[in-house]
Amino acid sequence: MIDIRGVHKSFGELEVLKGIDLVVEAGTVTVILGPSGSGKSTLLRSINHLEKVDRGLIRIDGELIGYRRRGDKLYELREREILHQRSQVGFVFQNFNLFGHLTALQNVVEAPVSAQRRKRSEVETLARELLERVGVGDKADVYPRQLSGGQQQRVAIARALALRPKVLLFDEPTSALDPELVGEVLDVIKELARDGSTMVVVTHEIGFAREVADTVVFMDDGRIVESGPPHEVLDNPAQERTRAFISKVL
Amino acid sequence: MSTTSLSSTQDAAGPPASVLRSDYDLPIVARRHPWRWVGVGVVLVLLAMFVNGLVTNPGWDWPTFFQFFTTKTIFSALWVTVQLTIYGTVLGFALGAVIATMRLSSSPFLQVVAWGYIWAFRSIPLIVQLLFWFNIAYLYQELSLGIPFGPEFVHFSTNNLFGPLGAAVLGLALHQAAYAAEIIRGGIISVDAGQTEAAAALGIPKVRQFFRIVLPQAMRSILPNGANEVISLFKGTSIVSVMAIPELFYQVQVIYGRNSRVVPLLMVATVWYIVLTTLLSIAQRYVERYFNRGTTR
Repeated sequence: MIDIRGVHKSFGELEVLKGIDLVVEAGTVTVILGPSGSGKSTLLRSINHLEKVDRGLIRIDGELIGYRRRGDKLYELREREILHQRSQVGFVFQNFNLFGHLTALQNVVEAPVSAQRRKRSEVETLARELLERVGVGDKADVYPRQLSGGQQQRVAIARALALRPKVLLFDEPTSALDPELVGEVLDVIKELARDGSTMVVVTHEIGFAREVADTVVFMDDGRIVESGPPHEVLDNPAQERTRAFISKVL
Repeated sequence: MSTTSLSSTQDAAGPPASVLRSDYDLPIVARRHPWRWVGVGVVLVLLAMFVNGLVTNPGWDWPTFFQFFTTKTIFSALWVTVQLTIYGTVLGFALGAVIATMRLSSSPFLQVVAWGYIWAFRSIPLIVQLLFWFNIAYLYQELSLGIPFGPEFVHFSTNNLFGPLGAAVLGLALHQAAYAAEIIRGGIISVDAGQTEAAAALGIPKVRQFFRIVLPQAMRSILPNGANEVISLFKGTSIVSVMAIPELFYQVQVIYGRNSRVVPLLMVATVWYIVLTTLLSIAQRYVERYFNRGTTR
């Protein structure tokens, strides 16, 4: 489903991704763990082409992200084409980034109508269902600032789902939440995992990784240190670095 | 150390607990502000003196004021002022929006052009610029459309193309655009970058990102400054009187040039400026309320 090959990325002098190879199978949940600054978020953002990679390829469903190959050169896609690709990938931000001047419902309806040109009336029905599904059905006409962090993040998940994405990407979805609100957001993500969505989740919640992940990826210093099923990586890590991190987080 | 001993001595010195009322129903005495009342008094006295002066000083010449305040000449002059304001605002902010987007674009070429425009039109005093436009026919007697350095298709006489009013609108709009551009740019960069990023992540088309997501939120900080600009343009139109355009201030000058009742006629202009500025301020309140939606709990 997602195929990442030899991805490098630098911000100025600082090399954040130093050659990443990763395959995410359809219908699986991949959880990326790692200390801050290890490049997890950058990797996630480059799957959506929110960051341009310097080297390497990323494919979703065989489709090259951000570039078109002609001969043995890669040509950057036009803005419009990139936006079209993005509308097939749901992205959930750490800080929710709900549109503050739009109600919860308008937040969900906006992109399917303007990016995918679907009919507003149909999208509104779908949006209400999605808000219901993430447990904020009664908040449809409320502005984001009137919602708790957990509710905002659940609206943001509904917003991402409304695009009927092939893949869902979560960038530390619970890091900006009060501890007692973390559970309600993780429950929604677990629910989606049970329904067979393909997801990549960057998080610090080890418990969540153990329960939901099919694959756990541990990153440090721009590299994937190890990856595998949770019981291997979390309970019996092969690498010293992974062991040190997990013992500190638990 | 010393604080603990201090509090314990206070406890010891205080009355026994049984004398005090229960903690739950102790009355609260609000702080008093005697100096506020002194301030109010001083302001009221000054105000009374001023109003007294307005009424009793014959120099204000109220009969003349009322004689001219609602005459047809003044109304048509006021209409010219209002028109100058409307055209100046609409054209100025439209052009300003374009320049602001250019400055924020990723193209270094557009950035430099926009910066250069703002630099130029902020550097030239409005009155100087207006006089240039007024005398444009001295530099270019006619304008023509055609291929640069090649054949020409259509000719216009410069004086026919813009009369004095056109020159004034052009000058005001070009000047206003430079300031409007910076205000709009300020509003746009005040919107959290996460908003554009979320819009981009959702695949919302670029133009729609701007008009649906960024601009409505930028309006919150554009509006107070923007309203300032409109009001200052409205009063600033009086500068156009140097081009003998019959707007409010010019017309008032013409009248007092004839009857030498300077003060009451200046008051005619003043009161009309105040009335319309008040209306603009009220309008601002309602427009701001609309764009503030979603920002309060």
